[in-house]
Amino acid sequence: MLRAAPWLMISLLTIPVLAGLSAIVLPAFAYLPALQYHEPGLMVWRELWGTPGIGRSALLSLSAGLLAPLLSLLLVMLFLASTSGTRWAAVMRKLVAPLLAVPHAAAAFGLAFLIAPSGFALRLISPELTGWQRPPDLLILNDALGLSMMLGLVLKEIPFLLLMALAALPQLNADQRVTMARSLGYRPILGWLWTVAPALYPLLRLPLFAVIAFASATVDVALILGPTLPPTLSVRIIGWFSDPDLNQRLLASAAALLQLMITLFAIAVWIVAENIVARLYRAMLLSGNRRHGHAVLNVLGKSLMVMTLGTLLISLLLLFIQAFAGTWRFPDNLPAAWTLRHWQSVGPLLLAPLGNTLLLGLLSTAFAVLLVVAVLEHERRQGRAPAQILWAIYIPLLVPQVAFLYGLTLLLEQLRWQPGLLMVGLAHSLFVVPYVYLSLAEPYRRLDPRWQQLAATLGASPNRTWWCIKLPLLLAPLATAFAVGLAVSIGQYLATLLTGAGRVTTLTTEAIALASGGTRATIAVWALLQAAVPMLGFAMAIMLPRLWWRKRRDMTGQLT
Amino acid sequence: MSGVCLTLKDIQINLNGKPLLQINTCIEPGATLTVMGPSGIGKSSLLAYVAGFLSSDFSASGEIFLGDCCLNDLPAEQRGIGLLFQDPLLFPHLSVAQNLLFAVPRRVSHRRQQVDQALEAVGLKGFGDRDPATLSGGQKARVALQRLLLSQPKAVLLDEPFSRLDAHLRQEIRQHVFQTLQQAELPSILVTHDAEDAAASGGPVMTLG
Repeated sequence: MLRAAPWLMISLLTIPVLAGLSAIVLPAFAYLPALQYHEPGLMVWRELWGTPGIGRSALLSLSAGLLAPLLSLLLVMLFLASTSGTRWAAVMRKLVAPLLAVPHAAAAFGLAFLIAPSGFALRLISPELTGWQRPPDLLILNDALGLSMMLGLVLKEIPFLLLMALAALPQLNADQRVTMARSLGYRPILGWLWTVAPALYPLLRLPLFAVIAFASATVDVALILGPTLPPTLSVRIIGWFSDPDLNQRLLASAAALLQLMITLFAIAVWIVAENIVARLYRAMLLSGNRRHGHAVLNVLGKSLMVMTLGTLLISLLLLFIQAFAGTWRFPDNLPAAWTLRHWQSVGPLLLAPLGNTLLLGLLSTAFAVLLVVAVLEHERRQGRAPAQILWAIYIPLLVPQVAFLYGLTLLLEQLRWQPGLLMVGLAHSLFVVPYVYLSLAEPYRRLDPRWQQLAATLGASPNRTWWCIKLPLLLAPLATAFAVGLAVSIGQYLATLLTGAGRVTTLTTEAIALASGGTRATIAVWALLQAAVPMLGFAMAIMLPRLWWRKRRDMTGQLT
Repeated sequence: MSGVCLTLKDIQINLNGKPLLQINTCIEPGATLTVMGPSGIGKSSLLAYVAGFLSSDFSASGEIFLGDCCLNDLPAEQRGIGLLFQDPLLFPHLSVAQNLLFAVPRRVSHRRQQVDQALEAVGLKGFGDRDPATLSGGQKARVALQRLLLSQPKAVLLDEPFSRLDAHLRQEIRQHVFQTLQQAELPSILVTHDAEDAAASGGPVMTLG
């Protein structure tokens, strides 16, 4: 049973992705017998080429795929450099997981409430500074260059990269490296940049590629904040796929293939840039600069991070305000009246989506935690893990979701599988399993091996040891991994929409469905709920182990 | 209670193909073999090999016997070999009594009574419900030894068990451990850097390297 676990995980994560990708190849070349297309050819590609604005859509996806990750990486590196070994880092460690729990859609809606022409930011300075008595006629949201979309992506990718970096840093002995550099006369931030950053970067590479894949192919953030005329390629794919005219599916397949190529191209550009930057960086590192720029970097690193995370927090707060706001006229900073009306109107519609959200989240996460624990325990007992595991983990994160999920849906339709909760749950697992693994692997491996050896010398079998010793000792990281899985499942939009054939509704699909045409207040209620459920999960993951072990001093804190 | 001999027959431990140490000896019930030598010589690997969890970087040959019973093919939990680590390693999530109860084999009758007696024997009566984190260093060391004895081992391995104790405690605990092992007629192997440990054990000393 345990022996099968790694291979079960590898096939679960790779086969659906590969099957989904292969399912779009033939339709993209005009071969789809189900719709009476029997002669392969390039006509679909010609049609795609002739679609108005297709080049611009592709360019939008490519630029978002490169700029958002670049900006996120720079901010994270600057922040880590300027706060290494300070109290800031400790505060960040506590903040980062709950921030990561906020679904993309909720964060994007909150940001929209902040930066829209009638949003909170302009309210604060109007009419005093601007003189505006009514919202200006500016295209800030859904701007044609996709800037607000990229900002939304950066806000959500920063907590992810920070979490990855904070998990990787302990194994680098960062403090020791900085101390060494300081003893050679380098200021702390430059010491960090020259000695820690080059070692940290390789550990962030795969997560960065995942960020590139997400940013270049996002659908939910693009629907809320992205340009509309034309939208990004990923949004157009979904449009063609949902078109009642089934012939549009050929176009969607070719576009999905194009999307895959764009994402791969973005990653390739990144790798080429890596080589150039590495050379420049080495030259800078060896130039012996010990002091120059230290003060600027110090201020920049801290203030930029405070601004980004502050924006994220204010965005969430705005969801809250908006959801209870009565009358709220334009330049007023705050609503003139408060009301529960929006909740009362949403209430009756809530039951099914909330139930589905919880059911999908709990089932896919429980499955993922069981599988990941089996894989890690097998690794512990064997002393090593199959090398393919790390790649398998990243396959669903590196291949653009819209490409393979769309193919997978085509495939399932042809096999006449009923869309439903089970299919959607399996699709969620494709993303829940990798994140649960990424969250649990480090603490699981770090557990002192002597506990297990000790239990064995006391006569306990490996299974008894697992239940009586390891499970309790790992309760806190297991609870965190569970909360991570829940948050990932709740945030899934495409997986739910496509494999559920639109019939399985969740908090996320309902919230995003309102993006075009919903009132602000209703959107706020749904988005707030969407953010609240994963936050609640994290709160419980932090509180429960503490409560459980309140009478055991050594169990509170140090093992997590 | 009559003990059995712990026999190490032609044992050789290799790291990446290079031999680290060789040993061929027999330890009588109640006797302690002390193994000394610099770090990296393979002392701890010897204990890991005998206990049954040598890491896969090492390879080893030779046979381990308890009495007439060969242990080589048995997993760690079936070998009947107890181990005292540098740290007492009381399970932090269990109470003192639960720590002891975890070690008592299921076939034993009146398991709770055994636990109470074990606590009383080292002057810790009434400490059963305590959080192990609230015990002093000496109390933890005693509980760890009682836990080991309750698991009814047939031989004991000591991996520098006194090195982390304060000087005044060290002598007391050392004496307590060796006395207890002798009374229980258990053969033991002690790995240490400290010549005083070796002297206190009163047994043969093997110096490696």
